Amino acid sequence: MLLIVLLPLIFALFIPIMNKRKEQIHIGYFVIWIPIVIFIFFARYLGADFEPIKQHFNWIPSLHISFDFYLDGLSLLFVLLISGIGALVTLYSIFYLDKSEKLAHFYIYLLMFMSAMLGVVLSDNVFVLYTFWELTSISSFLLIGYWNYKKESRYGALKSMLITVFGGLSMLGGFILLSNITGTTSIQGILSESDVILNHTYLPLILGFVILGAFTKSAQFPFHIWLPDAMEAPTPVSAYLHSATMVKAGIYLIARMSPLFHGYDWFFIVVAGIGILTLCWASFLAVRQTDLKGILAYSTISQLGMIMTMLGIGTEIAVFAAMFHILNHATFKGSLFMVAGIIDHETGTRDIRKLGGLMTLLPISATLAFFGTFSMAGVPLPFLNGFYSKELFFDATLHGSEYSTAIANFIQHALPWLAVFGSIFTFVYSMYFVFGIFRGKAKLEQLPRKPHEAPIGMLISPILLVIGVITIGLFPSLVNGTLLEHAAYAVSGIHEPHKIKFWHGFIPPLYMSLAVVGIGTLLFVTKKKWDTVYKKLSDRFTFNRLYDLLIAKTETVPASITKSYMTGSLRLYAQLIIVAMFIVSIFTLVTSDGFAFLEADPSEIKISELLVAIMMIVAAVGTIVARNNVAAILILGVVGYGLSILFVIYRAPDLALTQLVIETITVALFLLCFYHLPKMKPKQDTVRTKLINAAISIGFGTLLTLVAISAHSSKWFPSISEYFIETSHTLGGGDNVVNVILVDMRGLDTLFEITVLGIAALGIYSLIKIRKNKEVD
Amino acid sequence: MEIIMSILAGILFTTGIYNLLQKQLIRIIIGTGLLSHGAHLFILTMGGLTDGKPPILTDHDSHNYVDPLPQALILTSIVISFGVTSLLLVLAYRAAKENETDNMDQLRGNDYE
Repeated sequence: MLLIVLLPLIFALFIPIMNKRKEQIHIGYFVIWIPIVIFIFFARYLGADFEPIKQHFNWIPSLHISFDFYLDGLSLLFVLLISGIGALVTLYSIFYLDKSEKLAHFYIYLLMFMSAMLGVVLSDNVFVLYTFWELTSISSFLLIGYWNYKKESRYGALKSMLITVFGGLSMLGGFILLSNITGTTSIQGILSESDVILNHTYLPLILGFVILGAFTKSAQFPFHIWLPDAMEAPTPVSAYLHSATMVKAGIYLIARMSPLFHGYDWFFIVVAGIGILTLCWASFLAVRQTDLKGILAYSTISQLGMIMTMLGIGTEIAVFAAMFHILNHATFKGSLFMVAGIIDHETGTRDIRKLGGLMTLLPISATLAFFGTFSMAGVPLPFLNGFYSKELFFDATLHGSEYSTAIANFIQHALPWLAVFGSIFTFVYSMYFVFGIFRGKAKLEQLPRKPHEAPIGMLISPILLVIGVITIGLFPSLVNGTLLEHAAYAVSGIHEPHKIKFWHGFIPPLYMSLAVVGIGTLLFVTKKKWDTVYKKLSDRFTFNRLYDLLIAKTETVPASITKSYMTGSLRLYAQLIIVAMFIVSIFTLVTSDGFAFLEADPSEIKISELLVAIMMIVAAVGTIVARNNVAAILILGVVGYGLSILFVIYRAPDLALTQLVIETITVALFLLCFYHLPKMKPKQDTVRTKLINAAISIGFGTLLTLVAISAHSSKWFPSISEYFIETSHTLGGGDNVVNVILVDMRGLDTLFEITVLGIAALGIYSLIKIRKNKEVD
Repeated sequence: MEIIMSILAGILFTTGIYNLLQKQLIRIIIGTGLLSHGAHLFILTMGGLTDGKPPILTDHDSHNYVDPLPQALILTSIVISFGVTSLLLVLAYRAAKENETDNMDQLRGNDYE
């Protein structure tokens, strides 16, 4: 199974080679057999006596991440959809995309997507599932941005990427929690620990994370905004990714995880509640669209909401209806997208306001659209599969289980009403779609191209899909026992044969269907009169606006924050660094109770040292007070010489020598450098700046004094210097212990100190010598 | 005496940092000089200022010498800080010449970088 999952990906590697022959033959012909092979491979498993299959391939065994594949009814339904629709879409794309397009790119992305999607639905390992999940996001991003010279394509691609990856990452968080709590990375293993998860304190967090992933992918409210913008992709992509497969990945995830959360009230509230809200909101908005693919995008969103609702209800009938509708939606929505693509291709526009009266010009497309839309609307005709699933949906909303919380029960009671409301608008936009294009007067002069029927190659795929619609409509038992029951069993765990009936008798779902058709027809006929409602709906408060605002703010707000402290002023940075050091040190000193004070000083106070210290203090303060730079330099020299006197007093002859010499050279250098500079009078700081600087420096100096006092007041170990003194003569062969340490015992320090001096000398030399050509000093 | 020396080191740090926060380049380098003086004094004080002979062995049996290790460390540090200070000085000199200012607030690079 690993090979079959990776087959498209491996094949994609060879596409660049085939691309060399693109002049003679369309690359699509090379690609099309791959989904067909996959379809045949999985179609073998169809049948009443299907048993789940498990396969294992090692990847990272030490982290328990391996390619575990698990094929049960749910996965089977999805792999057949992916490969079946994939084959049809590839066929369609051969006629849709011209040879002049970048075909190699298109088919590589498409195959990448196919592999990723197969991986998502077959993986039994949460982390492998996540890997494939992100691969679908990436390949979808590439496909939406396929015409990357269009600004809208890039915008749509980025938007879908940001939203789905946001969800994907939160899903990863949920997966990590799940695998940590249960101690396994296998999905089946996690599902079997349902009671552990249901009683865990992190349950809401896990549910939230996982649902966020599913909702962003499946374009549920309010994350639906990326899907309409993804319509900038080529139509085969919209048909494949954004109606039949990728957007159902979230559905798949919820279906896969629902045994885990089954019976948890909030699962019902969130999934069914948001699902029904998505259904109503998107079908309501779909009527407003003027772009064919826009209508279909909102329609997809609302249909996904409907499936989500059914999964949320989670009763056995609801799950079955959900599985059924996944299949049905893929068939009719795929065909509708292809019809929209044909119309775009043949007339040059997708604007429904410019279209009309195409019935006689494109009779085959009109027929196909008729079946697709009427099935989507759930019109009660015995050869339309959409009607069956819609009626099962109504049935499911009427028979939910009882919940313990009031809010869940409230949603439960509101569901049938909302379902009818959403379905009415579904009916309206379906009629709007089909009649808007094909009925009325043809406005040929407005069309960029003279419309005529599409080539037969382009029509094959939608025809096959519509045949699917009708076949399922006429003989539902074909898919019922062989596929849907297994799928429903995988989700609900209840094995019960279903009979999909056209005529159930006079029961509430029938009345609901009739009400939908009745009110829907009324609304559609009077559409012009109430259309103005949409105009009153302000554009200002949409989620698209919110998204755009968020994107804009994520650029400007951090930029302004950074600008506020990265001013380019080194003084400010120095102040910040010192204050930060001060705060951290004080905090540590106080919290660790680190201050110690030794009352009896180890060495007594002597007058000579005191005098030198006073002299140094006066000189140090003098460097600040001195207005004249040369004076400040000389006073600095006084501090240095004072230090060397201290070295003499504290019996460090080598230090005293070095300090004397170096202080002299430094002062000379100072004078050399700045005596020759022209006098530059700096502006004086304001009093406020002076006070701030003084506060910072006094604070820091005090802190260091405190640290010094407490450090020497708590000496814990004796010095190791005894060793140096003892062995200096015997081992080092010298009597000057400091020098022996420098060149013998710790000679490496000295080596690099010499290096430092050498580098400094080279640096100074280059600074003085190397200049830009034009400069003359 | 250690306490007084600690206070002295603290004052050297205070004045050093105050100079470091000035506008003029030369004041900043003076500040670094004061800071390194403070640090050296700090090391010496931390090593202990107890009585003893200078660490030059005249009497191999006596152990009454001052601690030689901090002295070795300070010696290394003095040389390094000298190297750095001189490089800084020349750098500041060149920067001031090149940009015709030694005011830190005017040395900010430009917006195109």
